[in-house]
Amino acid sequence: MTETPDRPPVLAIDALSLAAGSVALIDDVSLTIGPGEMVGLVGESGCGKSVTALSVLRLLPEPPIRITGGRILFQGTDLLTLSPKALADIRGNAIGMIFQEPMTSLNPVLTIGDQISEPLMIHDGMSRTAARSRAAELLDLVGIPAPVTALSRHPHQLSGGQRQRVMIAIAIACQPKLLIADEPTTALDVTVQAQVMALIDRLRREFGLACLLITHDLGVVAQYCDRAHVMYAGRIVETGPVMPLFATPQHRYTRALVDTIPARNPPGEPLPAIAGMVPPPGARGTGCAFAERCAAPLDRCQAERPTLTEADDRAVACWNPSA
Amino acid sequence: MTDDLAPLLSVKNLQKTYVDKRGQRLYAVQDVSFDLAPGEVLGIVGESGCGKTTLGRALMRLVEPTGGTVEFEGEDFLEKRGAALKRARRDMQMVFQDPFGALNPRHKVGAIVGEPLVVHGDPVGPDRVAALLHLVGLPADVADRFPHEFSGGQRQRIAIARALALKPKLIIADEPVSALDVSIQSQILNLIGDLKDRLGLAMLFISHDLSVIRHVSDRIAVMYFGRIVEIGPANRVFDDPGHPYTQALMAAIPAAPGTADTTGVDTETIVAGEVPDPAAPPKGCAFYARCPIREDRCQAAVPALVENTDGLAVACVHFS
Repeated sequence: MTETPDRPPVLAIDALSLAAGSVALIDDVSLTIGPGEMVGLVGESGCGKSVTALSVLRLLPEPPIRITGGRILFQGTDLLTLSPKALADIRGNAIGMIFQEPMTSLNPVLTIGDQISEPLMIHDGMSRTAARSRAAELLDLVGIPAPVTALSRHPHQLSGGQRQRVMIAIAIACQPKLLIADEPTTALDVTVQAQVMALIDRLRREFGLACLLITHDLGVVAQYCDRAHVMYAGRIVETGPVMPLFATPQHRYTRALVDTIPARNPPGEPLPAIAGMVPPPGARGTGCAFAERCAAPLDRCQAERPTLTEADDRAVACWNPSA
Repeated sequence: MTDDLAPLLSVKNLQKTYVDKRGQRLYAVQDVSFDLAPGEVLGIVGESGCGKTTLGRALMRLVEPTGGTVEFEGEDFLEKRGAALKRARRDMQMVFQDPFGALNPRHKVGAIVGEPLVVHGDPVGPDRVAALLHLVGLPADVADRFPHEFSGGQRQRIAIARALALKPKLIIADEPVSALDVSIQSQILNLIGDLKDRLGLAMLFISHDLSVIRHVSDRIAVMYFGRIVEIGPANRVFDDPGHPYTQALMAAIPAAPGTADTTGVDTETIVAGEVPDPAAPPKGCAFYARCPIREDRCQAAVPALVENTDGLAVACVHFS
C-alpha cells in the first residue's frame, strides 16, 4: 500500500460495538493509530479495554460475543469482512500481539527457537535453518544475552522479563505494521517494566511500528504514549495527547482518576477517593455510566448519554466537563 | 518517629532459609533487623523474590524463622508455644493481597468476621460483628451474605474487619491494595490510614508499589535479595535514597501523570539485568552485577547496614 502524504492510519477502529448475548460490552468505540505512534487505551477492570484489543484480531469467542456494529480498518481493509483464512494470514504477521502473562502465552514444551521460528516459516516461507538464524538476530534485538544459546532453552528456564522479551521477539518476527500490547508489563517488576517499555519504545521509533498499549497504569501511559483514550463502562469517555489529557482532564472520571493517584497527593493525607464502583455490563443505565459516582452531576446526566465531542485534538463525553 | 518509646516489635538478625531435598539452600530472608514503634507504619518495598512476603510470614510464624530473634512488647515471640503463642498472636493480625483467596467462600461474612473471636473464646454476637463491619464502612446486613456477592474492594474491607476483631496492636498487610483498581485502591488506603489513626495501630505495610508505600509509611525499608539494603524515614529514603538499588527503583517509576515532573523514567539510568538466581547467590553485594557504581571491593563481603546522622541506614560501601 502506498502512503498518501497525510499518513493514513495503520489501524482505525470505527464505532465498534460488541455484545455478549443481549448485554452490550463496548459501545461505539473509535480510535486511530498512525505509523510509529503509541496510543494508550486506559481504564479499570471491566471497562472493555482488553475486549476492544482482542476484537481487532478476532480473538474473542464468537458466539457468545457478537460484533453488533462498526468497522475495524487495518491499512484500509475492514478486518470484520475477512475470511478466517485471510485473518490467519494477518495474525502474527502484519499485526503482532503481546499479553500480560508471558508464561501462559508461550508453549512450555517448545524451545524459544522453535517458537520464534514458527511465524517466520509459516508467514515468510523461510526454511528451518534460515528461520533459526533470523530468530537469533531477533533475540539479540530484544536484548537477550547469548542469543544462539537461548534458542535451545525452554520458557521455564527464563525469568519473567526475559519471557516478555521473547514474546516481543515473536510478535515482531514478521515485521508487523501494528503491535497490540495488552498489559505487557503488569506482571513485571518495576525495574524490568522500565526495560521492557524502553524496548517497545525503541522498536516503534526504529521501525515505525504503530502500537496500541492497553493498561490500567496511568503513569505508564503518560510516560510512553503519544495519545490516550480513557474508557469507562464500555465507552471511550475522553481522548487526547497524554500531556494535556492528564494535566487538565475534562471528563469528571479522568479528573477523579488522576486526582486519586497517591503520587499526586501529599503523603499521609486522605486521598480524594472515587465513591462506589464501576457498574457491570448490563447495569450501565441510559445516561452517563459515571453519573452515580460523579462529583458534579447534572440532572440530564442520569437521563441522557453524553456524546463524544471533539475540540482541537481532544474529545470528551461529559455534560459538565471540569475546567 | 517516637524514639523515646519502647519498640512494639523488635526484630534482630532474622533468617529464613529453605533447604530442598538435594540439600540446596535457599536464603529467603537474611539478617533482617528493625524496630517498630507503637502506632508506626513501616513500609517494606522490593521486587518479586526479594523476601518481603517471607519476612511478613516469618514474623507471624506462619513459616518458622531459622534464625534471629523477634521481640513483641519486650517478650521473646519465637520462644512461645501452645497457649502462650495463641495469646500473643491476638495482638498481631494479617491482611493479604488476594481478598478472593483469603475469605472462605462457604462461610457467611458474619461468621468470617467473628471467627477470630470464636477461636480465642471471646464473646461474639451480632452487635460485635456489626460494630466491626461499621468500622470498615460496611452496613450490618452484609453479615448474612457470602463473599462471592462482593467486589474486590468490599472483600478487602471484610478481611480488614476480621483482622481488627481481636483489637490487635500490629497489622501486617501484604500487598493489601495490589489486586484492586485505582479508584478502589484509594478507598482502601484511606480506610487503612483512618483506622491506623483512630485505633493507634502499628503496621508493617508490604508492597512493590513505591508510590503507595510512600503514601502510607512513616519509615521505609527497601529489600533486595533477602536483605534490607536501605531503611530510614520515608521522605529521606524517597527524596534522597542512598543505595544504588533504591536509586534505580526510583528512576524506574513513571512520573505522576499530568505533572510536568521531570523525574519520570530516565531511560539513561534504567538498570540492566535482573535479580540473581537465589540458588546461586553471588559473593558480596547482591546488587553488584547490576550496579552502575560497582567496584572490586563490593564483591569481597556483603556490606553491612551503616546508619548516618539523620537516621538513614544503607548497606553500600559507597555510603557514608
